[in-house]
Amino acid sequence: MEYVPNIIFAILLIASIGYFASNVKKLIRNIKLGHKVDANDHKPERWKNVVNIALGQSKLVKRPVSGFLHAIVYVGFIIINIEVLEIIIDGLFGTHRIGQELLPTSLYGFLIGSFEVLAVLVLVSVTIFWIRRNVIKVKRFFSTEMKGWPKSDGNIILYFEVVLMGLFLVMNATDTVFQTANSGNVISQFMAPWFSGFEIQTLHTIERVAWWLHIVGILIFLNYLYFSKHLHILLAFPNVYFGKVVPKGKLNNLEAVTAEVKLMMDPDADPYAAPPETAEDEVPAKFGASDVMDLSQVQLLNAYTCTECGRCTSECPANLTGKKLSPRKIMMDTRDRLEEVGKNIDANNGEFKDDGKQLLGDYITNEELWACTTCNACVEACPVSIDPLSIIIEMRRYLVMEQSAAPMELNNMMTNIENNGAPWPYNQMDRLNWKDE
Amino acid sequence: MSEELIVPTMAEMMAEGKQPEILFWVGSAGSYDDRAKKITKAFVKILNKANVNFAVLGTEESNTGDVAKRAGNEFLFQMQAVMNIEVLNAYEVKRIVTCDPHSFNCIKNEYPSLGGNYDVIHHTQFIKELMSSGRLTLEGNTYKGKRITFHDPCYLGRGNGVYDAPRDVLKKTNATLIEMKRHKGTALCCGAGGAQMFKDAEPGNKEINELRTEDALETQPEIIATGCPYCNTMMTDGVKFKEKEADIKVLDIAELIAEA
Repeated sequence: MEYVPNIIFAILLIASIGYFASNVKKLIRNIKLGHKVDANDHKPERWKNVVNIALGQSKLVKRPVSGFLHAIVYVGFIIINIEVLEIIIDGLFGTHRIGQELLPTSLYGFLIGSFEVLAVLVLVSVTIFWIRRNVIKVKRFFSTEMKGWPKSDGNIILYFEVVLMGLFLVMNATDTVFQTANSGNVISQFMAPWFSGFEIQTLHTIERVAWWLHIVGILIFLNYLYFSKHLHILLAFPNVYFGKVVPKGKLNNLEAVTAEVKLMMDPDADPYAAPPETAEDEVPAKFGASDVMDLSQVQLLNAYTCTECGRCTSECPANLTGKKLSPRKIMMDTRDRLEEVGKNIDANNGEFKDDGKQLLGDYITNEELWACTTCNACVEACPVSIDPLSIIIEMRRYLVMEQSAAPMELNNMMTNIENNGAPWPYNQMDRLNWKDE
Repeated sequence: MSEELIVPTMAEMMAEGKQPEILFWVGSAGSYDDRAKKITKAFVKILNKANVNFAVLGTEESNTGDVAKRAGNEFLFQMQAVMNIEVLNAYEVKRIVTCDPHSFNCIKNEYPSLGGNYDVIHHTQFIKELMSSGRLTLEGNTYKGKRITFHDPCYLGRGNGVYDAPRDVLKKTNATLIEMKRHKGTALCCGAGGAQMFKDAEPGNKEINELRTEDALETQPEIIATGCPYCNTMMTDGVKFKEKEADIKVLDIAELIAEA
């Protein structure tokens, strides 16, 4: 009977890690629905970005208040998780505070002491975050796309943090051995008197309950990630690595188009030549994107990484002037549609069955796409190098090249360029007239 | 403009067996738009004053295709690009300067993979270069102490990280440079980019150029300086909308320097 807790612990641990792993597998499969991207270029710069932007949070602190608070929660989250290592060893082997036994008292005290201080700082930061969301009502958390699940998701994460930090401190305060050692209990020593009226056995029970709830809470949180906007704590790193490393103004040139343009411009090309043999089975290339499968793997990774902070939308000139476009919504729609496609694949034995829906139209409207000024404010604002603009451009490409569905004024503009090399109906031969005017 | 402008074309240069040090890419707005033509002429005035050996393509220049690309028409863009590259390469052009950040971005970043590799700079960068090498000196003190605010063009600033050149040039005029609340990386777009210049805006509660003009008005400027023909149009319209055109001028940096 004495091994029962160890066995329960092991089962819980394996089950939750297993479930998480299966969801990660699904996530990777979904991302791989996109086009492959060659990211072997600019390697030093990519790693530099990971260090500065992801680890160093250089873009987050551009907004000092939220940036500073986020840094505390981030550092706290990473460092306090060292404690989880001890909890796992204790849980599996039935030891109690293995670190206290193995490490020098001063080092163990220093570690746990830092965790306790960080736990309090995290509690304070999370409380301010909650106030910003629910009392001050910071505008970017109240856009139209932030209703329902996205709104509660944000708060649920904050509650999780509060409960986990609280349990960690209660666990320490009620641990009589730890309190007697009196090393590292910098915060919990002030909480210990709250429990002074209890019997030693009751104290022990409270400590055990807090310990179990703490680790179970962490495992639930781990598995919550996949269903939440909070995946950024893991995906921010690869996402920043794969982020844009060329000037923001540069758009990719479609290679499929280049091939056709070269053919059209080549005087020796035979327009009646038979297409190469291999082309027969291939699906003709689609220009631009109407659904998630037409996007790149990086764009799909972007969608999973987005934590819906809304910095992009709060800088978007179209959104600021009341247009429907919101770069954050572009990312959320892409993820929602990708999840829908993923579920469809799950339900149909690994094959996607046409569901009569697509990203364009069912999620993102033409009106949103045509409101974009391609100014890159959203790309600049994103703390984790997401590029909503690239998705907008891909979908415009589909609208124009596959559907000829540009607004009439733009069609006129393009006809002018085709006919006389300028967006207005002026004669090419008048191009130098300004000289003599 | 009263004084005679010297504007050689590449064709003329080639006939004389000469090669200019730089090609001035005028761009569609700079060639046809009445307001932008003034910027073009002001820049030529500067080039003439600094004795720059330059040329334009003239009637051989065609639209870069930038706006078509942003509108989603990759075909039209690449057709235009390939045509222009053919002309540029035939003249063995090495260096290009332009007053249009959209052309600047497009030729610099999007032409290379189609076979067009040139050293492309924005006119504010070139003016700065002319000043620091001593080829261009400002004699007058036209703008001394004047309150000037600079509106960053998206495709120069955020798009290509060029924030300092236009500011350095403005500082040389001894003007008082005041930054808008949103500037450099967080500068607000004028509303013309991404092909918006050529269509009505989607329904909203305000025009983007109105909002950007409000940003500029907060600095109580005498002059709003621009570095893009489209921004210039947008800001000029915004100032008119706010009925401030009697007090505030919207001028391209080339125009400011040409009159300094």
